[in-house]
Amino acid sequence: MEAFTTYTGRAVPLRRSNVDTDQIIPAVWLKQVSRTGFDKGLFSAWREDPGFVLNKPQYQGAGILVAGPDFGTGSSREHAVWALQQYGFRVVIAPRFGDIFRNNSTKMGLLPVILTGDQVEALQSAAEKDPALEITVDLDKREVRWGADTASFEIDDYTRWRLMEGLDDIGLTLRHGDAITAFEADRPAWLPATV
Amino acid sequence: MGRTLAEKVYDAHVVRRAEGEPDLLYIDLHLVHEVTSPQAFDGLRMAGRQVRRPDLTIATEDHNVPTTDLLKPIADPVSRTQVETLRKNCSDFGIRLHPMGDDGQGIVHVIGPQLGLTQPGMTVVCGDSHTSTHGAFGALAFGIGTSEVEHVLATQTLPQIQPKTMAVTVNGGLPEGVTAKDLILAIIAKIGTGGGQGHIIEYRGEAIRSLSMEGRMTVCNMSIEAGARAGMIAPDETTFDYLKGRPNAPQGADWDKAVEYWTSLRTDDDVVFDTEVVIDAAELTPFVTWGTNPGQGLPLGETVPDPAAIDDPVKRQNAERALEYMGLTAGTPLRDIEVDTVFVGSCTNGRIEDLRAVAGVLEGRKVADGVRMLVVPGSMKVKQQAEQEGLDQVISASGAEWREAGCSMCLAMNPDKLTPGERSASTSNRNFEGRQGPGGRTHLVSPAVAAATAVTGRLAAPADL
Repeated sequence: MEAFTTYTGRAVPLRRSNVDTDQIIPAVWLKQVSRTGFDKGLFSAWREDPGFVLNKPQYQGAGILVAGPDFGTGSSREHAVWALQQYGFRVVIAPRFGDIFRNNSTKMGLLPVILTGDQVEALQSAAEKDPALEITVDLDKREVRWGADTASFEIDDYTRWRLMEGLDDIGLTLRHGDAITAFEADRPAWLPATV
Repeated sequence: MGRTLAEKVYDAHVVRRAEGEPDLLYIDLHLVHEVTSPQAFDGLRMAGRQVRRPDLTIATEDHNVPTTDLLKPIADPVSRTQVETLRKNCSDFGIRLHPMGDDGQGIVHVIGPQLGLTQPGMTVVCGDSHTSTHGAFGALAFGIGTSEVEHVLATQTLPQIQPKTMAVTVNGGLPEGVTAKDLILAIIAKIGTGGGQGHIIEYRGEAIRSLSMEGRMTVCNMSIEAGARAGMIAPDETTFDYLKGRPNAPQGADWDKAVEYWTSLRTDDDVVFDTEVVIDAAELTPFVTWGTNPGQGLPLGETVPDPAAIDDPVKRQNAERALEYMGLTAGTPLRDIEVDTVFVGSCTNGRIEDLRAVAGVLEGRKVADGVRMLVVPGSMKVKQQAEQEGLDQVISASGAEWREAGCSMCLAMNPDKLTPGERSASTSNRNFEGRQGPGGRTHLVSPAVAAATAVTGRLAAPADL
């Protein structure tokens, strides 16, 4: 996974709440067996509307998505994260995220940032007023900065460290192979096996 | 202080705990399907890794499978490739697979319980958010993404931060004609799609205790629609009776040992949950959704809400957009909403009791002219049982279509889908925009309401017939 420390770039204001992962990437795109090519599927139903915010020329190339509460609810499809990243997003900011989406994001190096509803509103308004506004998301300091404003956000130390180092979870877990083997030796005999 | 059911199961699976790090949690059962696994198997190959415990892993084909002409190859080449990829991956890594046409095939969350693989006190994961279904047995079961699927395949563990605890207590008995589906839709409407975020919900109270295992699965299945990490119900005699004699349930002396342990899996009396919600079952009636998220639901006797009457600006904007997408006008009685299609099936409501409820309503009646009704069993075993009971005859005689097992129109990855603007009453779990086909409009309902709606052509309960 690509390490994340600080990103500075423009933001897309997505003024919608309850953006479920079916909207982020409709199911028809999930039939692929590779990890690439999902950028075309990002919000594909909504992008059919020429007025949809991602279609506006002033927001092309922006790397931060700023959305309403309950972003990424619903299906566990990690394809939603792949689609956002492959389209060019490095950060999603919202007042609340679906748990699985948030988890998937941190596995892939897409940074989910939780700000308050008022802070999100302020950031969306700022990006609407000036689409060229540069916004900095600083994981090291746990801050989002734009214009004269600064908003702090919380993220647990471990996830922050893993994102900043770009570390692969499986490699980290395999260092504890002995603990896993010891745990397995004590599992009750009645537990089911599939084969 | 005592512990909750969720905490007891969680604690029993901690492989490693260290200050400042997530816990490493052991996974007892990993369910795999064709959609969220191919990239995980690719990851294993690229890193030269094996599946650590193929004996704790089982796969089935469900999301893409057609529900007609099972003996022909899948017509959609992309779907076919995905299913063929799963077959190759299972063969390469030694994983048991129930493919299309096999009588063990079905929706991943239907076959686990059916085989007795899902048991109290276990940890169960799957690359599918409705894994919460298995919590009905007192298992800790949750959906994961593809990176985590790869992690479980490689290590049989997952790093986890312990979720918070939430109690949803449903006091009193469910009134006549009110089902598990009505109950969970009412719970989601009450706490909202983000209400359970970061929590494991434990469903408690008389109404929950009196549910069958299948009803409990319906309730736990939709925990994710309330934003919860998982939903659980403490195991009891209903659970043990359901499990006894199933192919993978413990036998003989093992059964007694297991039951002794399972009986200990209940929340201690002195526990304080992080969040508590109380619902009075007596107030419940058949419940349906009107909007585009599962929290946008109301009793069937209500009218389409007026967004202008909603104070919260975010919810108001959401409701305005939902009504526009759904093609509905505020103030319209929900019973006046006409549907084009009725879908019965999915991991929420594709089990035998659901099909019995549907056949019970359809017996001696006809599906309304112009309405298409699909009945899709959750597994091939459910289908066989329904046919032994003659339910298929009743369903077909009413004019509904009796299909093969799979996820089908719940998410429209196979050929069963709505056309733009088409409206459905669906026993599935999500009414998101485009969920059942681009432009399709979904009302979530119980199996009984689905069947009554098929007969009248507009949203209805059996009592209306």
